[in-house]
Amino acid sequence: MSAHVVNPWRAALIAVENHWTWYRRNWRATVISNFLQPVLFLLAMGVGFGSQVQPGEATGGHPYVVYLAPALLVVTAVQNATFESSWAVFSSFKWQRTYLAVVSTPVTPAQVLYGQLLWIALRLAAGTAVFLLIAVALGAITSPSAVLAVPFATLAGMAFSAPLVAFTATREKPDAFNSVFRFLVMPMTLFTGAFYPLSQLPGWLHPLAWATPAWHGIELARGVTFGTLGVLPALGHVAYLAALVALGVVLGRRYFHRRLAV
Amino acid sequence: MTPESSTADRPGAADPAAPPSRAGAGLLLRIVPPGLYAGRSHVLVERSYLVSRRAWLSVISGFFEPLFFLFSLGYGLGRLVTGVEGVPYAQFVAPALLAASAMNGAVFEATFNLFFKFKYAKVYDAVLATPLGPVDIAIGEATWCLIRGGLYSGGFIVVMLGFGLVDSPWALLALPACLLVAAAFAAVGMAAATFMRSWQDFDLVQLAVMPLFLFSTTFYPLSVYPGWLQVVVQWTPLYHAIELMRSLTTGNVDWGALVHVAYFAVMVLVGVAVAARRLGKLLLT
Repeated sequence: MSAHVVNPWRAALIAVENHWTWYRRNWRATVISNFLQPVLFLLAMGVGFGSQVQPGEATGGHPYVVYLAPALLVVTAVQNATFESSWAVFSSFKWQRTYLAVVSTPVTPAQVLYGQLLWIALRLAAGTAVFLLIAVALGAITSPSAVLAVPFATLAGMAFSAPLVAFTATREKPDAFNSVFRFLVMPMTLFTGAFYPLSQLPGWLHPLAWATPAWHGIELARGVTFGTLGVLPALGHVAYLAALVALGVVLGRRYFHRRLAV
Repeated sequence: MTPESSTADRPGAADPAAPPSRAGAGLLLRIVPPGLYAGRSHVLVERSYLVSRRAWLSVISGFFEPLFFLFSLGYGLGRLVTGVEGVPYAQFVAPALLAASAMNGAVFEATFNLFFKFKYAKVYDAVLATPLGPVDIAIGEATWCLIRGGLYSGGFIVVMLGFGLVDSPWALLALPACLLVAAAFAAVGMAAATFMRSWQDFDLVQLAVMPLFLFSTTFYPLSVYPGWLQVVVQWTPLYHAIELMRSLTTGNVDWGALVHVAYFAVMVLVGVAVAARRLGKLLLT
């Protein structure tokens, strides 16, 4: 590698700028999956299905749509992170080969990774914020403290994204991504307490759910929205999610270096 | 594939040996122009089978998606709502998920896979270098969609049986009904795929399938909607599929079921006609 002529932070930001330049021209393609899909889900499950649910102990005394909205925020972040960390990253390695072009400049493989993760985090934060605004407009969010759910949802999304990016960096073929979606992301959406409390599910599923970033994110987002979150549990959830992000970064650095260093 | 090349390039149009006119190939051979149909679509099914043997995990995984939904929603949400329209929630949602999975499988197979093979893998350009024509392609691909859809639906029905979510011997007809629904969505999906220009257009497929999945009374009864919206929903295809499955699995079958069947028959005819025409146009000119 050539010597560093840009400092590491600036290099990562340059990588982000690269993504932004592309996104400015192609953002329309993301509108449906990033914004419209969660809103339709909120309408169908929250309002439509919710009309069949009596507010009660299971929903914390809230109407169902209010109960669902903060969790859906997290689920959306995780789902959006999935595509950005699998197909998009794979394409940058293999099809568009943008990473290969970038590392022929003074930007290092690790900085490419930081830039990619930073970009995904920005996308998640922006997407979550827009969804929150729509949910407020639909009357599904009533508490001002729900604003804090945005960083928590972003963190949960990144806790899934960073290890997935590292995994993607090891792939030569995209075959595994469909399985990742169907066997990791789908169950993580359906079985981690987003649509109903985890206690409704059989006990043997609970430890599996506790291992997922989605469950921790949902606990955090619901906790701040309804004001039921204790300080210690909050620290625990955040620490677990941060550890997953760190794990992803450490592995990702190694795999990006292996694949891109010349 | 230049748009202006002459019709003399058509396989079979200038070459008298190309379309083997076979006695058993049936009516289609008589009504479509020679070169469009060779009566050998089964070899395309065989090709799909050979390909999917190497990607069996992604084929099997399609079966698990409705299953996860059934477990999660049927059992988890089932405790939040005691019953919808007098039946337990799991029993309410299961036939709807069956119909939705028939739709999803067929649409995605027919759009994503067709588009990929058509545009990137250039499978059909290769196929047309053989005696097969565009109609063979349309029929062959549709048949493969149906085989896959039938496997998923059959598996799901067995699961429903195992959990006691089936109430009536009419459910024996659920599998053929699923195949009809899948055929209708596959045909229309295939027709739509021929109009696509790039991957970006698949968002439009999502834009059609997602709302159908969410709003066609899959998760809650029609009575939730205000009157005018009920009418709109009643015109959409997945609503008919769900009604058909619900009536078959609960045994509340009446003549209205024939309306649903007719709806899908029309979808099949229109879809196949448009798809075959468009494929012929895109591939042979």
